[in-house]
Amino acid sequence: MDAPIYLDNNATTRCDPAVVTAMLPFFSEQFGNPSSMHSFGNKVGQAIKEARARVQDLLGAAHDSEIVFTSCGTESDSTAILSALKAQPERNQVITTVVEHPAVLSLCDQLEKEGYAVHRLKVDKRGRLDLDEYKSLLSPRVAVVSVMWANNETGTLFPVEAMAEMASAAGVMFHTDAVQAVGKVPIDLKNSKIDMLSVSGHKLHAPKGIGVLYLRRGLRFRPLLRGGHQERGRRAGTENTASIVGLGKAAELAMAHMAHENTEVRRLRDKLETGILAQVSRAFATGDTGNRLPNTSNIAFEFVEGEAILLLLNRQGIAASSGSACTSGSLEPSHVMRAMGIPYTAAHGTIRFSLSRDNSEAEIDRVIAAVPPVIAQLRKLSPYWGDDGPVEEPTKAFAPSYA
Amino acid sequence: MWDYSEKVREHFFNPRNSGVLEEANGIGDVGSISCGDALRLMLRVDPGSERIVDARFQTFGCGSAIASSSALTEIVKGMTLEEALKVSNQDIADYLDGLPPEKMHCSVMGREALHAAVANYRGEEWQDDHEEGALVCKCFAVDSALIEETVRANGLSTVEQVTNYTKAGGSCATCHEAIEEILTRVAAERCTAPVVEDRPVPAAKPAPTARLTNFQRMRRIEEVVESIRPMLQRDHGDIEIVEVDGRNIYVKLHGACHGCMMEHATLSGIQSKLAEALGEMVRVLPVAAMGH
Repeated sequence: MDAPIYLDNNATTRCDPAVVTAMLPFFSEQFGNPSSMHSFGNKVGQAIKEARARVQDLLGAAHDSEIVFTSCGTESDSTAILSALKAQPERNQVITTVVEHPAVLSLCDQLEKEGYAVHRLKVDKRGRLDLDEYKSLLSPRVAVVSVMWANNETGTLFPVEAMAEMASAAGVMFHTDAVQAVGKVPIDLKNSKIDMLSVSGHKLHAPKGIGVLYLRRGLRFRPLLRGGHQERGRRAGTENTASIVGLGKAAELAMAHMAHENTEVRRLRDKLETGILAQVSRAFATGDTGNRLPNTSNIAFEFVEGEAILLLLNRQGIAASSGSACTSGSLEPSHVMRAMGIPYTAAHGTIRFSLSRDNSEAEIDRVIAAVPPVIAQLRKLSPYWGDDGPVEEPTKAFAPSYA
Repeated sequence: MWDYSEKVREHFFNPRNSGVLEEANGIGDVGSISCGDALRLMLRVDPGSERIVDARFQTFGCGSAIASSSALTEIVKGMTLEEALKVSNQDIADYLDGLPPEKMHCSVMGREALHAAVANYRGEEWQDDHEEGALVCKCFAVDSALIEETVRANGLSTVEQVTNYTKAGGSCATCHEAIEEILTRVAAERCTAPVVEDRPVPAAKPAPTARLTNFQRMRRIEEVVESIRPMLQRDHGDIEIVEVDGRNIYVKLHGACHGCMMEHATLSGIQSKLAEALGEMVRVLPVAAMGH
């Protein structure tokens, strides 16, 4: 088998070897606790300071003290939303979107059970928000708006900077889950009205188990974890020093590769998408294709099921992901696809290809050649597919007896 | 990645008997594209011997759906219809050396397709009788629809009971929160919450002129609570007076009322009834509040 091709970088990325090198001394040599008074701790404290500055650069934050290290993106999301509610008990509403990551959506479902009101902004067929609807919901009863910067499934970018301005004008806190955007699109927080922003290290070639919550200076805040002075009392718990150092290095590398990401990675993504769509009929790219992350392509293949596609691709060493119900073990296809009104016949066959700076042109060529036969093979098995196209009125010709 | 057996992989990568069977005389279409699975089973039955001489399938679905369809055709070929109707979904799963719990429904779909195809051959109408919900208990593959149905049919109110009836939650216990949510939902539907009538308490009602003796007051509290109990019992709940301490009346809720999301509404309803009967302001509190 040829060397494997990894096109699932929105799920997680390979730790950059330079990141690993930077981290290694912090396991057995620089093992001190940064809080300690002796020199074992002192050097570690310096390294964390350096890492914080690199993350500050990547986010364009005004102050390094606005960077709070957490354990993951999910922790950052929970901390941000729960803090806004606790710090403003007079406000009991949250505005979010129907296409958020479960880190936000599941939390909001729980908040609803506890008596908070949650407004979920809908999206159109291309996954775009209606800003008039958003504006009409902003009120003094809203504690926080939480809207993702980029969608993990389609890569669609939301106008979070404009939305933060609108929230600020209405006196409402604004949080964005930016785990897919950080490192892929330029971010300049000091010139924005964004109050809180979540980062996940492993999405940008840092290790798993490290995240960041950006907290604008002066923002009212209530910690999720109490019990220590770490992160200036905003996130108790001994620092994950090696991973923090790794994230610092990853942030530095992401800054250096920002142009590459938006030119070369984008070119390869476009080549992949065009190459596949040119060969496969009844397939289309989902999301706001003119306004999305440079690395993501989500293609819906009608009348075939995503898990079956992934298994056949995996046999050729190609790794991607799917929004089909079967890959998650639930009965419904991806909530993002359903929110965009993608018909079931296509939603189950959505495949996400997400690239990174590690991918090469030769890999993309191989995938372009590999995908069409896989789709053809599965369509031959499908009761919705005829000899060389869908059977006439597929959902009527094959109408199984329970639906 | 799913933990598929070698056999499942093999049947997925090299499905047997796929494609259209032109001379089929029994066709079963089951599944649903909204669930991501759909299967058409085509049988050719020899009318004299009622034996299945050929079987083919077309499937829209995941790896295990395709493998289950392939296995099904291999199992039933050569069987008489009577024999084929005895094939269970577990037989299909066993043929494939097992399926992950999340994927057992693929084998169920296979069995249904078989029944639908036989019914079609016989000129009968086939009715699907099963509804699927989201998988709750992964250890025993129990879905929300089955749990909800069982809770409703048997008036269950605890996780332990659900485990006894369905096995759900009986092993790793990580789904207990999800089971509790189903219990709460069903309890809320069932709860005809007796005393939540939102009648405004008459504001300026003069207190009964004759002051109640302590004994009379206790008796009256008891009478009011006794009059409410049958309503709670009808919903598989109950209430008990634990202590009367000045204006605070401490009660204990039992059965379905205990931990019910309507608990607060129930207590405040009882409180207004008592206030009316006693002609004074009282507070009805759960016994947990004693000593606070």
